[in-house]
Amino acid sequence: MDWDWGYAVDSLPLLAEGMLVTLELTLAGSLLAYLLGLVFAVIRQLRIPGLSQIVFLIVEFIRSTPLLIQVFAFFYLLQPAIGVKLSPFLTGVIALGVHYATYTSEVYRAGIDAVPKGQWEAATALSLPRGRVWTGIILPQAVPRVLPALGNYTISMFKETPLLLAIGVVDVLNRAKEAGAETFRVIEPYTLAGVFFLLVSYPASILVRKLERRVGTV
Amino acid sequence: MSEPYSSPSADVMIQFDRVVKKFGDHVVLRELNFSVKPGEFVTLIGPSGSGKTTILRLLMTLEQVDGGTIQVCGDYLSHMQRGGRFVPADERYLRARRKRIGMVFQQFNLFPNMNVLQNVTEAPVRSLGLSKADAAERARDLLDMVGLSDKVQAHPMRLSGGQQQRVAIARALAMRPQVLLLDEVTSALDPELVAGVLSVLKEIARTTDITFLCVTHEMQFARDVSDRVMMFDKGQVIEDAPPEQLFTQPAHERTRSFLHAVIDRSG
Repeated sequence: MDWDWGYAVDSLPLLAEGMLVTLELTLAGSLLAYLLGLVFAVIRQLRIPGLSQIVFLIVEFIRSTPLLIQVFAFFYLLQPAIGVKLSPFLTGVIALGVHYATYTSEVYRAGIDAVPKGQWEAATALSLPRGRVWTGIILPQAVPRVLPALGNYTISMFKETPLLLAIGVVDVLNRAKEAGAETFRVIEPYTLAGVFFLLVSYPASILVRKLERRVGTV
Repeated sequence: MSEPYSSPSADVMIQFDRVVKKFGDHVVLRELNFSVKPGEFVTLIGPSGSGKTTILRLLMTLEQVDGGTIQVCGDYLSHMQRGGRFVPADERYLRARRKRIGMVFQQFNLFPNMNVLQNVTEAPVRSLGLSKADAAERARDLLDMVGLSDKVQAHPMRLSGGQQQRVAIARALAMRPQVLLLDEVTSALDPELVAGVLSVLKEIARTTDITFLCVTHEMQFARDVSDRVMMFDKGQVIEDAPPEQLFTQPAHERTRSFLHAVIDRSG
Protein backbone atom coordinates (compact mmCIF):
# COMPACT_ATOMS: atom_id res chain seq x y z
CA MET A 1 0.00 0.00 0.00
CA ASP A 2 1.30 3.45 -0.88
CA TRP A 3 1.45 6.36 1.46
CA ASP A 4 -0.79 9.17 0.23
CA TRP A 5 0.46 12.49 1.56
CA GLY A 6 -2.54 14.39 0.27
CA TYR A 7 -4.93 12.08 2.09
CA ALA A 8 -2.82 12.16 5.23
CA VAL A 9 -2.98 15.96 5.30
CA ASP A 10 -6.70 15.93 4.56
CA SER A 11 -7.42 13.64 7.49
CA LEU A 12 -5.50 15.83 9.92
CA PRO A 13 -8.31 18.19 10.98
CA LEU A 14 -10.52 15.26 11.91
CA LEU A 15 -7.67 13.59 13.77
CA ALA A 16 -6.83 16.84 15.54
CA GLU A 17 -10.31 16.90 17.06
CA GLY A 18 -9.65 13.44 18.41
CA MET A 19 -6.22 14.41 19.69
CA LEU A 20 -7.78 17.23 21.65
CA VAL A 21 -10.24 14.79 23.24
CA THR A 22 -7.39 12.40 24.10
CA LEU A 23 -5.45 15.21 25.77
CA GLU A 24 -8.54 16.36 27.66
CA LEU A 25 -9.18 12.81 28.85
CA THR A 26 -5.60 12.50 30.07
CA LEU A 27 -5.58 15.84 31.86
CA ALA A 28 -8.94 15.35 33.56
CA GLY A 29 -8.17 11.72 34.39
CA SER A 30 -4.76 12.65 35.83
CA LEU A 31 -6.22 15.42 37.96
CA LEU A 32 -8.73 12.97 39.41
CA ALA A 33 -6.01 10.34 39.93
CA TYR A 34 -3.75 12.86 41.70
CA LEU A 35 -6.47 14.08 44.05
CA LEU A 36 -8.17 10.76 44.75
CA GLY A 37 -4.81 9.00 45.16
CA LEU A 38 -3.83 11.54 47.79
CA VAL A 39 -7.12 11.02 49.61
CA PHE A 40 -6.60 7.23 49.52
CA ALA A 41 -3.03 7.57 50.80
CA VAL A 42 -3.95 9.89 53.67
CA ILE A 43 -6.90 7.73 54.73
CA ARG A 44 -4.66 4.68 54.81
CA GLN A 45 -1.96 6.53 56.70
CA LEU A 46 -4.45 7.77 59.32
CA ARG A 47 -5.45 4.16 60.03
CA ILE A 48 -9.08 5.06 60.62
CA PRO A 49 -10.74 1.80 61.70
CA GLY A 50 -13.02 0.55 58.93
CA LEU A 51 -12.41 3.31 56.42
CA SER A 52 -8.72 2.48 55.96
CA GLN A 53 -9.57 -1.16 55.34
CA ILE A 54 -12.27 -0.26 52.82
CA VAL A 55 -9.80 1.89 50.90
CA PHE A 56 -7.29 -0.94 51.04
CA LEU A 57 -9.83 -3.34 49.51
CA ILE A 58 -10.82 -0.88 46.78
CA VAL A 59 -7.19 -0.32 45.88
CA GLU A 60 -6.38 -4.03 45.80
CA PHE A 61 -9.51 -4.87 43.78
CA ILE A 62 -8.88 -2.22 41.15
CA ARG A 63 -5.23 -3.09 40.83
CA SER A 64 -6.05 -6.74 40.32
CA THR A 65 -8.46 -6.35 37.39
CA PRO A 66 -7.90 -5.00 33.86
CA LEU A 67 -8.81 -1.40 33.12
CA LEU A 68 -10.95 -2.39 30.13
CA ILE A 69 -13.12 -4.62 32.28
CA GLN A 70 -13.47 -1.84 34.85
CA VAL A 71 -14.56 0.53 32.07
CA PHE A 72 -17.16 -1.94 30.84
CA ALA A 73 -18.36 -2.70 34.34
CA PHE A 74 -18.68 0.99 35.17
CA PHE A 75 -20.44 1.85 31.91
CA TYR A 76 -22.72 -1.12 31.38
CA LEU A 77 -23.28 -2.48 34.90
CA LEU A 78 -22.74 0.12 37.60
CA GLN A 79 -24.30 3.12 35.89
CA PRO A 80 -27.58 1.39 34.97
CA ALA A 81 -27.65 -0.22 38.42
CA ILE A 82 -27.51 3.14 40.20
CA GLY A 83 -29.67 4.82 37.57
CA VAL A 84 -27.23 7.31 36.07
CA LYS A 85 -26.13 7.74 32.49
CA LEU A 86 -22.83 9.50 32.07
CA SER A 87 -21.36 10.38 28.71
CA PRO A 88 -18.65 8.04 27.40
CA PHE A 89 -16.13 10.88 27.93
CA LEU A 90 -17.06 11.41 31.58
CA THR A 91 -17.18 7.65 32.14
CA GLY A 92 -13.68 7.44 30.69
CA VAL A 93 -12.35 10.23 32.89
CA ILE A 94 -13.74 8.64 36.03
CA ALA A 95 -12.61 5.12 35.09
CA LEU A 96 -9.08 6.29 34.26
CA GLY A 97 -8.94 8.58 37.32
CA VAL A 98 -10.07 5.95 39.79
CA HIS A 99 -7.92 3.24 38.21
CA TYR A 100 -4.78 5.36 38.33
CA ALA A 101 -5.63 6.72 41.79
CA THR A 102 -4.89 3.25 43.13
CA TYR A 103 -1.38 3.57 41.71
CA THR A 104 -0.80 7.20 42.67
CA SER A 105 -1.95 6.39 46.22
CA GLU A 106 0.99 3.98 46.50
CA VAL A 107 3.28 6.68 45.17
CA TYR A 108 2.02 9.18 47.74
CA ARG A 109 2.34 6.56 50.46
CA ALA A 110 5.99 6.04 49.60
CA GLY A 111 6.48 9.81 49.60
CA ILE A 112 4.82 10.18 52.99
CA ASP A 113 6.85 7.29 54.40
CA ALA A 114 10.02 8.96 53.18
CA VAL A 115 9.41 11.99 55.42
CA PRO A 116 11.59 11.36 58.49
CA LYS A 117 9.85 10.38 61.72
CA GLY A 118 11.50 13.35 63.41
CA GLN A 119 9.29 15.68 61.38
CA TRP A 120 6.16 14.15 62.90
CA GLU A 121 7.73 14.29 66.33
CA ALA A 122 8.75 17.93 66.00
CA ALA A 123 5.21 18.76 64.87
CA THR A 124 3.82 16.94 67.89
CA ALA A 125 6.24 18.67 70.23
CA LEU A 126 5.00 22.01 68.89
CA SER A 127 1.36 21.01 69.41
CA LEU A 128 0.53 21.69 65.78
CA PRO A 129 -3.05 20.77 64.86
CA ARG A 130 -3.31 17.55 62.93
CA GLY A 131 -4.58 19.09 59.71
CA ARG A 132 -1.75 21.59 59.74
CA VAL A 133 0.82 18.84 60.25
CA TRP A 134 -0.38 17.35 56.96
CA THR A 135 -0.79 20.53 54.95
CA GLY A 136 2.13 22.48 56.41
CA ILE A 137 4.78 19.87 57.17
CA ILE A 138 4.27 16.40 55.71
CA LEU A 139 2.72 16.93 52.26
CA PRO A 140 4.95 19.87 51.26
CA GLN A 141 7.88 17.50 51.80
CA ALA A 142 6.28 14.36 50.37
CA VAL A 143 4.62 15.72 47.22
CA PRO A 144 7.59 17.27 45.39
CA ARG A 145 9.43 13.97 45.66
CA VAL A 146 6.58 12.05 44.02
CA LEU A 147 5.99 14.43 41.11
CA PRO A 148 8.14 12.42 38.66
CA ALA A 149 6.27 9.22 39.52
CA LEU A 150 2.95 11.00 39.08
CA GLY A 151 4.16 12.28 35.73
CA ASN A 152 4.99 8.74 34.63
CA TYR A 153 1.47 7.61 35.47
CA THR A 154 0.05 10.46 33.42
CA ILE A 155 2.11 9.34 30.42
CA SER A 156 1.00 5.79 30.96
CA MET A 157 -2.65 6.90 31.24
CA PHE A 158 -2.28 8.92 28.04
CA LYS A 159 -1.20 5.80 26.18
CA GLU A 160 -4.11 3.78 27.56
CA THR A 161 -6.85 6.23 26.57
CA PRO A 162 -7.48 4.49 23.18
CA LEU A 163 -9.13 1.59 24.96
CA LEU A 164 -12.04 3.93 25.68
CA LEU A 165 -12.90 3.39 22.03
CA ALA A 166 -14.71 0.36 23.41
CA ILE A 167 -17.40 2.55 24.97
CA GLY A 168 -17.45 5.03 22.11
CA VAL A 169 -15.28 7.88 23.32
CA VAL A 170 -14.43 9.94 20.26
CA ASP A 171 -10.68 10.14 20.82
CA VAL A 172 -7.90 10.20 18.27
CA LEU A 173 -8.10 6.48 17.59
CA ASN A 174 -11.83 6.65 17.07
CA ARG A 175 -11.34 9.53 14.64
CA ALA A 176 -8.70 7.52 12.77
CA LYS A 177 -11.10 4.62 12.54
CA GLU A 178 -13.79 6.99 11.31
CA ALA A 179 -11.53 8.40 8.62
CA GLY A 180 -10.55 4.90 7.55
CA ALA A 181 -14.16 3.76 7.35
CA GLU A 182 -15.04 6.58 4.97
CA THR A 183 -12.17 6.07 2.55
CA PHE A 184 -11.07 2.49 3.16
CA ARG A 185 -7.55 3.85 3.66
CA VAL A 186 -6.40 3.10 7.20
CA ILE A 187 -2.62 3.36 7.01
CA GLU A 188 -2.42 7.15 7.05
CA PRO A 189 -4.86 7.94 9.91
CA TYR A 190 -3.60 5.13 12.13
CA THR A 191 0.02 6.03 11.49
CA LEU A 192 -0.67 9.68 12.25
CA ALA A 193 -2.44 8.69 15.45
CA GLY A 194 0.61 6.64 16.43
CA VAL A 195 2.94 9.50 15.61
CA PHE A 196 0.80 11.80 17.76
CA PHE A 197 1.23 9.48 20.76
CA LEU A 198 4.97 9.32 20.14
CA LEU A 199 5.31 13.08 19.77
CA VAL A 200 3.60 13.68 23.10
CA SER A 201 4.88 10.73 25.17
CA TYR A 202 8.53 10.93 24.30
CA PRO A 203 9.14 14.59 25.19
CA ALA A 204 6.95 14.12 28.26
CA SER A 205 9.09 11.26 29.51
CA ILE A 206 12.23 13.32 28.94
CA LEU A 207 10.65 16.07 31.04
CA VAL A 208 9.86 13.58 33.80
CA ARG A 209 13.45 12.34 33.76
CA LYS A 210 14.68 15.91 34.11
CA LEU A 211 12.31 16.42 37.00
CA GLU A 212 13.58 13.22 38.60
CA ARG A 213 17.12 14.53 38.49
CA ARG A 214 15.99 17.74 40.16
CA VAL A 215 13.89 16.41 43.01
CA GLY A 216 15.31 12.90 43.35
CA THR A 217 13.09 9.85 43.53
CA VAL A 218 11.38 8.23 46.44
CA MET B 1 7.88 7.17 97.64
CA SER B 2 4.65 8.97 96.89
CA GLU B 3 1.24 7.37 96.56
CA PRO B 4 -0.16 6.84 93.08
CA TYR B 5 -2.51 9.60 91.94
CA SER B 6 -1.32 11.81 94.78
CA SER B 7 -2.16 15.45 94.22
CA PRO B 8 1.04 17.33 93.59
CA SER B 9 1.97 20.34 95.63
CA ALA B 10 2.55 23.68 93.94
CA ASP B 11 6.21 22.96 94.37
CA VAL B 12 6.29 20.16 91.83
CA MET B 13 6.50 20.73 88.08
CA ILE B 14 7.07 17.18 86.94
CA GLN B 15 6.07 14.09 88.85
CA PHE B 16 6.71 10.50 87.78
CA ASP B 17 4.76 7.96 89.80
CA ARG B 18 5.68 4.30 89.42
CA VAL B 19 6.09 4.79 85.69
CA VAL B 20 6.57 1.64 83.67
CA LYS B 21 7.57 1.64 80.02
CA LYS B 22 8.20 -1.44 77.94
CA PHE B 23 9.20 -1.95 74.35
CA GLY B 24 7.94 -5.42 73.64
CA ASP B 25 9.39 -7.64 76.34
CA HIS B 26 12.10 -5.17 77.16
CA VAL B 27 11.31 -3.15 80.29
CA VAL B 28 12.90 0.28 79.87
CA LEU B 29 11.49 1.96 82.96
CA ARG B 30 10.48 -0.07 85.98
CA GLU B 31 8.25 1.74 88.48
CA LEU B 32 10.18 4.95 88.13
CA ASN B 33 9.54 7.71 90.67
CA PHE B 34 11.00 11.18 90.65
CA SER B 35 9.91 14.78 90.73
CA VAL B 36 11.27 18.08 89.46
CA LYS B 37 10.59 21.47 91.02
CA PRO B 38 9.57 24.53 89.01
CA GLY B 39 12.59 26.26 87.57
CA GLU B 40 14.94 23.42 88.33
CA PHE B 41 17.56 22.30 85.81
CA VAL B 42 17.83 18.55 86.09
CA THR B 43 20.26 16.53 84.03
CA LEU B 44 19.86 12.82 83.40
CA ILE B 45 23.04 10.87 82.90
CA GLY B 46 23.71 7.20 82.50
CA PRO B 47 24.70 4.56 79.97
CA SER B 48 22.81 4.40 76.70
CA GLY B 49 19.73 2.24 76.92
CA SER B 50 19.17 3.23 80.54
CA GLY B 51 15.87 4.94 79.65
CA LYS B 52 16.87 8.61 79.79
CA THR B 53 15.56 9.56 76.37
CA THR B 54 12.43 7.51 76.99
CA ILE B 55 11.66 9.75 79.96
CA LEU B 56 11.79 12.83 77.75
CA ARG B 57 9.71 11.17 75.05
CA LEU B 58 7.07 10.17 77.61
CA LEU B 59 6.90 13.76 78.82
CA MET B 60 6.54 14.98 75.23
CA THR B 61 3.82 12.32 74.76
CA LEU B 62 5.74 10.79 71.88
CA GLU B 63 5.42 7.54 73.81
CA GLN B 64 2.68 6.28 76.12
CA VAL B 65 3.26 4.81 79.58
CA ASP B 66 2.55 1.15 80.24
CA GLY B 67 1.96 1.75 83.92
CA GLY B 68 1.99 4.49 86.54
CA THR B 69 1.29 8.17 85.98
CA ILE B 70 3.06 11.33 84.91
CA GLN B 71 1.98 14.76 86.05
CA VAL B 72 3.09 18.12 84.70
CA CYS B 73 1.96 21.32 86.44
CA GLY B 74 -0.41 19.23 88.52
CA ASP B 75 -2.15 17.78 85.46
CA TYR B 76 -1.99 14.15 84.53
CA LEU B 77 -0.22 13.72 81.24
CA SER B 78 -0.73 10.04 80.72
CA HIS B 79 -4.28 9.88 81.98
CA MET B 80 -7.32 12.11 82.18
CA GLN B 81 -10.28 12.09 84.51
CA ARG B 82 -13.59 11.15 83.03
CA GLY B 83 -16.57 10.57 85.31
CA GLY B 84 -14.31 10.27 88.34
CA ARG B 85 -12.25 7.55 86.71
CA PHE B 86 -8.80 7.65 85.24
CA VAL B 87 -8.68 6.73 81.59
CA PRO B 88 -5.83 7.00 79.11
CA ALA B 89 -5.54 10.57 77.82
CA ASP B 90 -7.01 11.28 74.40
CA GLU B 91 -5.44 13.36 71.65
CA ARG B 92 -7.33 16.57 72.45
CA TYR B 93 -6.42 16.44 76.12
CA LEU B 94 -2.80 15.77 75.24
CA ARG B 95 -2.63 18.62 72.79
CA ALA B 96 -3.69 21.10 75.44
CA ARG B 97 -1.10 19.74 77.93
CA ARG B 98 1.71 19.57 75.38
CA LYS B 99 1.70 23.32 74.87
CA ARG B 100 3.44 23.75 78.21
CA ILE B 101 6.26 21.46 77.17
CA GLY B 102 8.92 22.02 74.55
CA MET B 103 11.53 19.67 73.21
CA VAL B 104 14.82 20.06 71.41
CA PHE B 105 15.91 16.96 69.51
CA GLN B 106 19.27 15.43 68.81
CA GLN B 107 18.69 15.68 65.04
CA PHE B 108 17.18 19.23 65.22
CA ASN B 109 14.15 18.19 63.12
CA LEU B 110 13.71 21.61 61.58
CA PHE B 111 11.07 21.80 58.86
CA PRO B 112 13.05 21.82 55.59
CA ASN B 113 10.15 23.26 53.60
CA MET B 114 10.23 26.48 55.63
CA ASN B 115 12.83 29.15 56.18
CA VAL B 116 14.26 29.91 59.61
CA LEU B 117 11.65 32.52 60.50
CA GLN B 118 8.77 30.29 59.40
CA ASN B 119 10.17 27.43 61.47
CA VAL B 120 9.99 29.62 64.56
CA THR B 121 6.63 31.31 63.85
CA GLU B 122 4.77 28.19 62.71
CA ALA B 123 3.74 26.89 66.13
CA PRO B 124 2.92 30.25 67.77
CA VAL B 125 0.63 31.04 64.83
CA ARG B 126 -0.92 27.59 64.39
CA SER B 127 -0.98 26.30 67.96
CA LEU B 128 -1.27 29.43 70.08
CA GLY B 129 -3.22 31.57 67.63
CA LEU B 130 -0.79 34.49 67.59
CA SER B 131 -1.01 36.92 64.69
CA LYS B 132 1.71 36.52 62.11
CA ALA B 133 3.17 39.90 63.04
CA ASP B 134 3.30 39.08 66.76
CA ALA B 135 4.80 35.67 66.07
CA ALA B 136 7.41 37.20 63.77
CA GLU B 137 8.37 39.75 66.41
CA ARG B 138 8.69 37.01 69.02
CA ALA B 139 10.71 34.90 66.58
CA ARG B 140 13.10 37.74 65.72
CA ASP B 141 13.76 38.38 69.43
CA LEU B 142 14.51 34.71 69.99
CA LEU B 143 16.68 34.37 66.89
CA ASP B 144 18.57 37.43 68.08
CA MET B 145 19.06 35.76 71.46
CA VAL B 146 20.48 32.60 69.89
CA GLY B 147 22.74 34.72 67.69
CA LEU B 148 21.03 34.12 64.35
CA SER B 149 19.37 37.45 63.61
CA ASP B 150 21.17 37.51 60.26
CA LYS B 151 19.77 34.10 59.24
CA VAL B 152 16.07 34.89 59.51
CA GLN B 153 15.38 34.29 55.83
CA ALA B 154 17.88 31.45 55.43
CA HIS B 155 16.92 27.93 54.51
CA PRO B 156 17.61 25.58 57.43
CA MET B 157 19.54 23.13 55.27
CA ARG B 158 22.04 25.85 54.45
CA LEU B 159 22.95 26.31 58.10
CA SER B 160 25.58 24.45 60.10
CA GLY B 161 24.40 21.85 62.59
CA GLY B 162 25.06 24.24 65.44
CA GLN B 163 23.04 26.96 63.78
CA GLN B 164 20.22 24.54 63.04
CA GLN B 165 20.13 23.46 66.64
CA ARG B 166 19.99 27.08 67.80
CA VAL B 167 17.03 27.64 65.47
CA ALA B 168 15.41 24.55 67.01
CA ILE B 169 15.95 26.03 70.47
CA ALA B 170 14.35 29.32 69.37
CA ARG B 171 11.49 27.35 67.81
CA ALA B 172 10.83 25.52 71.09
CA LEU B 173 11.07 28.72 73.14
CA ALA B 174 8.63 30.53 70.86
CA MET B 175 5.88 28.43 72.46
CA ARG B 176 6.87 29.89 75.87
CA PRO B 177 7.01 26.44 77.44
CA GLN B 178 7.15 25.91 81.18
CA VAL B 179 9.20 22.79 80.68
CA LEU B 180 11.95 22.35 78.12
CA LEU B 181 13.28 18.90 77.30
CA LEU B 182 16.78 18.66 75.85
CA ASP B 183 17.47 15.30 74.22
CA GLU B 184 21.21 14.98 73.58
CA VAL B 185 21.08 18.28 71.75
CA THR B 186 24.80 18.38 71.00
CA SER B 187 25.37 14.71 70.17
CA ALA B 188 24.93 15.18 66.41
CA LEU B 189 27.15 18.25 66.22
CA ASP B 190 30.73 18.61 65.10
CA PRO B 191 32.87 19.20 68.20
CA GLU B 192 33.66 22.82 67.36
CA LEU B 193 29.94 23.69 67.20
CA VAL B 194 29.01 22.28 70.60
CA ALA B 195 30.15 25.23 72.70
CA GLY B 196 27.95 27.74 70.87
CA VAL B 197 24.82 25.69 71.49
CA LEU B 198 25.67 25.04 75.13
CA SER B 199 26.36 28.69 75.87
CA VAL B 200 22.95 29.62 74.42
CA LEU B 201 21.32 27.03 76.68
CA LYS B 202 23.23 28.24 79.72
CA GLU B 203 22.03 31.76 79.04
CA ILE B 204 18.42 30.61 78.76
CA ALA B 205 18.69 28.59 81.94
CA ARG B 206 20.13 31.60 83.74
CA THR B 207 17.63 34.18 82.52
CA THR B 208 14.32 32.28 82.46
CA ASP B 209 12.33 30.30 85.00
CA ILE B 210 11.84 27.40 82.60
CA THR B 211 12.14 23.95 84.12
CA PHE B 212 14.74 21.90 82.26
CA LEU B 213 15.09 18.19 81.89
CA CYS B 214 18.26 17.46 80.00
CA VAL B 215 19.83 14.28 78.68
CA THR B 216 23.46 14.88 77.77
CA HIS B 217 26.91 13.40 77.64
CA GLU B 218 28.49 16.83 78.13
CA MET B 219 29.55 16.38 81.72
CA GLN B 220 31.13 19.80 82.11
CA PHE B 221 27.92 21.43 80.89
CA ALA B 222 25.86 19.26 83.24
CA ARG B 223 28.09 20.30 86.09
CA ASP B 224 27.86 24.00 85.22
CA VAL B 225 24.13 24.40 84.75
CA SER B 226 22.37 21.65 86.67
CA ASP B 227 20.69 22.07 90.01
CA ARG B 228 20.49 18.33 90.23
CA VAL B 229 21.91 15.37 88.36
CA MET B 230 20.21 12.01 88.26
CA MET B 231 22.21 8.93 87.41
CA PHE B 232 20.16 6.27 85.62
CA ASP B 233 20.84 2.64 85.17
CA LYS B 234 18.46 -0.06 83.93
CA GLY B 235 15.40 2.16 84.15
CA GLN B 236 15.99 3.26 87.73
CA VAL B 237 17.44 6.36 89.37
CA ILE B 238 20.43 5.04 91.24
CA GLU B 239 21.78 8.38 92.37
CA ASP B 240 20.23 11.83 92.64
CA ALA B 241 22.42 14.65 93.90
CA PRO B 242 23.62 18.20 93.26
CA PRO B 243 26.27 18.19 90.53
CA GLU B 244 29.25 19.09 92.71
CA GLN B 245 28.46 16.14 94.92
CA LEU B 246 27.63 13.65 92.19
CA PHE B 247 30.65 14.50 90.07
CA THR B 248 33.20 14.70 92.88
CA GLN B 249 31.96 12.15 95.40
CA PRO B 250 29.58 9.76 93.68
CA ALA B 251 27.97 7.56 96.28
CA HIS B 252 27.25 4.67 94.00
CA GLU B 253 29.84 2.42 92.44
CA ARG B 254 27.91 2.33 89.15
CA THR B 255 28.03 6.16 88.95
CA ARG B 256 31.73 6.13 89.59
CA SER B 257 32.49 3.67 86.81
CA PHE B 258 30.18 5.50 84.42
CA LEU B 259 31.83 8.86 85.11
CA HIS B 260 35.26 7.29 84.71
CA ALA B 261 34.31 5.87 81.34
CA VAL B 262 32.78 9.11 80.09
CA ILE B 263 35.58 11.34 81.30
CA ASP B 264 38.24 8.98 79.92
CA ARG B 265 36.52 9.04 76.57
CA SER B 266 36.28 12.82 76.38
CA GLY B 267 39.92 13.05 77.46
